[in-house]
Amino acid sequence: MAVMINYFTDFVLVLFYTLRDVLPILILIIFFQLVVLKQPIPHLKRVILGGVYVVLGLALFLMGLEKALFPVGEIMAVQLSDPVFIGVSEGEQIMWWDYYWIYIFAAFIGFSTTIAEPSLIAVALKAGEVSVGTIKPLGLRITVAIGVAFALAVGTFRIVTGTPLFIYILVGYLIVIIQTIFTPKKFIAIAYDSGGVTTSTVTVPIVAALGLGLSSAVPGRNPAIDGFGLIAFASLFPIITVLGYAQFMDLKTRFQK
Amino acid sequence: MRYKKYVIVILKKLGTAITDLVPIIVVVVFFQSVVIRQPFPQIGEVIFGILLVIVGLMLFVAGLEMGLFPIGEEMAYALAKKGSLLWLIIFSFALGFSTTIAEPALIAVAKEASIISSDAGLIENSEKVMGLYAMGLRLTVAFSVGLAIVIGVLRILKGWPLYYLIIGGYILVMLMTIIAPDEIIGLAYDAGGVTTSTITVPLVAALGVGLATAIKGRSPLTDGFGLIAFASLLPIIFVMAYGLFWF
Repeated sequence: MAVMINYFTDFVLVLFYTLRDVLPILILIIFFQLVVLKQPIPHLKRVILGGVYVVLGLALFLMGLEKALFPVGEIMAVQLSDPVFIGVSEGEQIMWWDYYWIYIFAAFIGFSTTIAEPSLIAVALKAGEVSVGTIKPLGLRITVAIGVAFALAVGTFRIVTGTPLFIYILVGYLIVIIQTIFTPKKFIAIAYDSGGVTTSTVTVPIVAALGLGLSSAVPGRNPAIDGFGLIAFASLFPIITVLGYAQFMDLKTRFQK
Repeated sequence: MRYKKYVIVILKKLGTAITDLVPIIVVVVFFQSVVIRQPFPQIGEVIFGILLVIVGLMLFVAGLEMGLFPIGEEMAYALAKKGSLLWLIIFSFALGFSTTIAEPALIAVAKEASIISSDAGLIENSEKVMGLYAMGLRLTVAFSVGLAIVIGVLRILKGWPLYYLIIGGYILVMLMTIIAPDEIIGLAYDAGGVTTSTITVPLVAALGVGLATAIKGRSPLTDGFGLIAFASLLPIIFVMAYGLFWF
């Protein structure tokens, strides 16, 4: 019974925070509809019901994440970077390849959290609708998720080795620029957007926990400086994979002709 | 009979929500049972949490299609039809600014950054200065997101090619990296990613697509997307400039 009450107060709190986040948007929409556009909101009942669903859904989603996934993700990151788990004895030098389970874990957790990312679902739905079937929402999400998987594997490698962040970003930008030249124009905007949407409600907290946990577990790393950067990778790599996928599809159709 | 239809729709949505979460569950179970081989921490809470996540995701997607997408597009149409560029720009800026300033991820990151900076001796170690620094950082990011949406909307109106602007932005990021203080670079790069919240993204996407549909000669696919790309690029540049200003 006490547990139930606990969950209930938690839920009310999360709901309150979600409402607070939605409030500026709500004020903006109402102000523009009534003062600037001077129009009643079309299908008002449906829109309000939809808004209630979004807020309620997001609150439940966030609470579930906090209860279930975040603690597990954090515990696992710590367990996997523990010297005892890695199997080296005290005083022995740990090399970067000793952390291979961390890289694999980062890649898989990156892929799986991106598949569940609500912002990405939203953009993929829109892209599917607008492109009239040329872009498959699930295909787009999987491509983006593969990008995030690579990003986190490389990002954790960077934290372990302590190499400077900007070099990776520079190389990433160069790859994007080169790919942009060769990719059919209609896919470029979607590809650029898919970088920004991957890092949202689900991915950011898990990725941040991973970065901070890892940089404090690896000897010689400072969480303040080395803990950052994973999110930057996760918003750059999906651009590369989506552009790559578009190029691949383009080449395939050209071959068939 | 009517209820039967609803039940089928709900079951379908529930099914999609479950498949969306299967990868996470598989990864966690695999690593716990095969790799780490330690008893699962708080299994009951985890299962309950997963159930909440499934129901939440299902409601979110349903609400998206019913509420956020239509309202975003309707407003984009109405603003385009009204033909007032000023109001469109004010709306775009307000949408970017107001949703970012309240973003919980940004508030947390800004606070963390002020602690790190004062520990490193870059700013004075007093509550007032740290508070100012964190607030300034939030304002900087929110302003840059507002500006990003405005630039993105102008791009749709004028039909500028997206990649010129993005590549120009990349070059600016690299130039700023050379002169910006080392301590701010990691934070600045990450700031781009945390700005776009789950409620902003669908609205911004609907705004872009709605505008590109309403304006003659624009394609919703090539011109409607790209707003989010700006919103994740501009904060990087502005946060580095902020670092230059403070240190």
